[in-house]
Amino acid sequence: MSETLLFALELTISGLLVGLMYSLVALGFVLIYKASGVFNFAQGDMTFLAALALASFVVKIPLWISLIVVLAIMLILAMAVERIVLKPLVARPPLVLFMATIGVAFFLQGLAQGIWGTQPRGLELGLADQTYDVAGMFISNMDILGAVVAGILLIALVWFFQKTKTGRALRAVSDDHEAALAVGIPLRKAWGITWAIAGIVAIVAGALWGSRVGVQASLALLALKALPVLIIGGIDSIPGAILGGLIIGAAENLAEGLIGPAVGGGIKNFFPYLLALIVLAVRPYGLFGREIIERV
Amino acid sequence: MFYRETGVLKTTYAKDMELFPIPLDKAGFVVVMVLAFFVIPLVSSHYMLVSIFIPFLVFSLAALGLNILTGYAGQLSLGHAGFMAVGAYATVVMYNRYDVPIPVALLGSGLITAAVGSVFGLPSLRIKGFYLAVSTLAAQLIIEWVITHVKWISGGVYSTIDIRALEFMGWQIDTAAEKYQFALIFVVIMAFFAKNVVRSRIGRAWMSIRDMDVASEIIGISQFKYKMLAFAVSSFYAGVAGGLLVAFYYGSANIEEFHLLVSFQILGMVIIGGMGSVLGSFLGAGFIVLLPIFINLTISFVNHRIVDLSKVFTLDLIANVENMIFGALIIFFLAVEPFGLARLWNTIKDYLRLWPFPY
Repeated sequence: MSETLLFALELTISGLLVGLMYSLVALGFVLIYKASGVFNFAQGDMTFLAALALASFVVKIPLWISLIVVLAIMLILAMAVERIVLKPLVARPPLVLFMATIGVAFFLQGLAQGIWGTQPRGLELGLADQTYDVAGMFISNMDILGAVVAGILLIALVWFFQKTKTGRALRAVSDDHEAALAVGIPLRKAWGITWAIAGIVAIVAGALWGSRVGVQASLALLALKALPVLIIGGIDSIPGAILGGLIIGAAENLAEGLIGPAVGGGIKNFFPYLLALIVLAVRPYGLFGREIIERV
Repeated sequence: MFYRETGVLKTTYAKDMELFPIPLDKAGFVVVMVLAFFVIPLVSSHYMLVSIFIPFLVFSLAALGLNILTGYAGQLSLGHAGFMAVGAYATVVMYNRYDVPIPVALLGSGLITAAVGSVFGLPSLRIKGFYLAVSTLAAQLIIEWVITHVKWISGGVYSTIDIRALEFMGWQIDTAAEKYQFALIFVVIMAFFAKNVVRSRIGRAWMSIRDMDVASEIIGISQFKYKMLAFAVSSFYAGVAGGLLVAFYYGSANIEEFHLLVSFQILGMVIIGGMGSVLGSFLGAGFIVLLPIFINLTISFVNHRIVDLSKVFTLDLIANVENMIFGALIIFFLAVEPFGLARLWNTIKDYLRLWPFPY
């Protein structure tokens, strides 16, 4: 193998593994969108909150207890969001709900930093960072762990949405709030469940990201990385979120490694968006998104 | 009792279409203008002018721009801080390097921003809603990158360009009061323009797109023309606001001042002020500009007079309370008053119409 090709391959693989992390954050968005038609901008801040809470608990109490505590926090949060934010806004245009989640994002960021402080923290999951040499490429065991967890989560969610009664109810809610109410699906309960699941996804994403890059406010900006993932995959598709994440992860790494040096670097920040724009030009609903047919 | 429309006899169509059909409104407007132009600069301190009134004016203009796009034409943009950055750097480059007079530089940078905004508005023809929001986010990030990486614009990464001393046809604009008045002239003219555009054929076309784009396309409203126009006008406002921000407030163009969060703040102004309302843009901007000052004052008041907060709460909590209140207020306004402060103002007006004999 030539030097460049090997370099490109290494970039692709490490990009794919990072991409899986993006997928995890994007998954939170997709879940809430699928089940309530709300584009939840606060997903990044929920991830940040979960990671920060976990990081501050784990130094005092064992990992599994702190996980349970954080889980309880996220469940309470989900209920609070449903009660305080979503309930008064039933039957409002999606744009209004979107803006409300921006409000939630500001609030959560203030809350998380207000309680646990603004200084960056490390998050130790009790796992030594090792790298393995696979055919000349270096792969970290953290990456592999992330990939495995993301895979399990994906399968569990797909099973939940396709096979369980609750999952099917949630899909009905996302199709049409009023029709779902008419056939007797408790709308508010469905929303509460969705936000709780999104909270659990936030914990997983927060734990994995936090242990890789440390826990700080910039973690919330992860949400921004997940947006082009959603666009490419389609905003309401779980497989789309996973595949979109992989594409973005690999593409931005390749772009930064191969094109970056020629134009002065730093293109990693916006390259995913550029890619998303190109995809949008061809497929306005993303790769797997459902096409919405509009009628007057 | 004192505020009423009755007795105003309109005899021509032109009179009927006047901006202020009621004499009291007209008089009120003149009073507000006199207050704004002459009384405020006279009575307020340097601190008030610099930290409240000038940013209020500039952000009103930016909010007005976004309100045209989101409130009237129904297209969401999360890239308005980026457009402001374009205007800011364009102003500084034109004024510093090419000696363009400052009003011309401001308008010129508005035009440049309008061109940039139209390019990033192109996806709106094919995509809508959240997909569009994300593609305008792309505008923000791409603009940030271009400004920091093209040396001709910014002089390289992390660089800040100071604007040289402001001067226009021999008039040295150096006191805060003069800067304030200069910015005010721009804001008043552009607010008038906006108010009239939204009542024109163009404004009606925008509103039809906002309310239902498919239907408006069917009745023959060119989506291409009016969506592009909305993006162009909106980013023109953002560009001028960016230029004003640099020329009359910060004194230097720095990309850090046009962070993504600023885009959200402007969006917050539009929501809190009232979507689809020119007045609302001003109310919203005033609210968001005053909010941090108000919160800080309250905290220090409580600290000194009532109880030492650092003993009750941690410092981190006090430092972050501003974000929390900002977020909570956005949610509160959406839930309680979806049409924002502008609607509140109308309610007050309706009440005054009958007061003090509400029968």
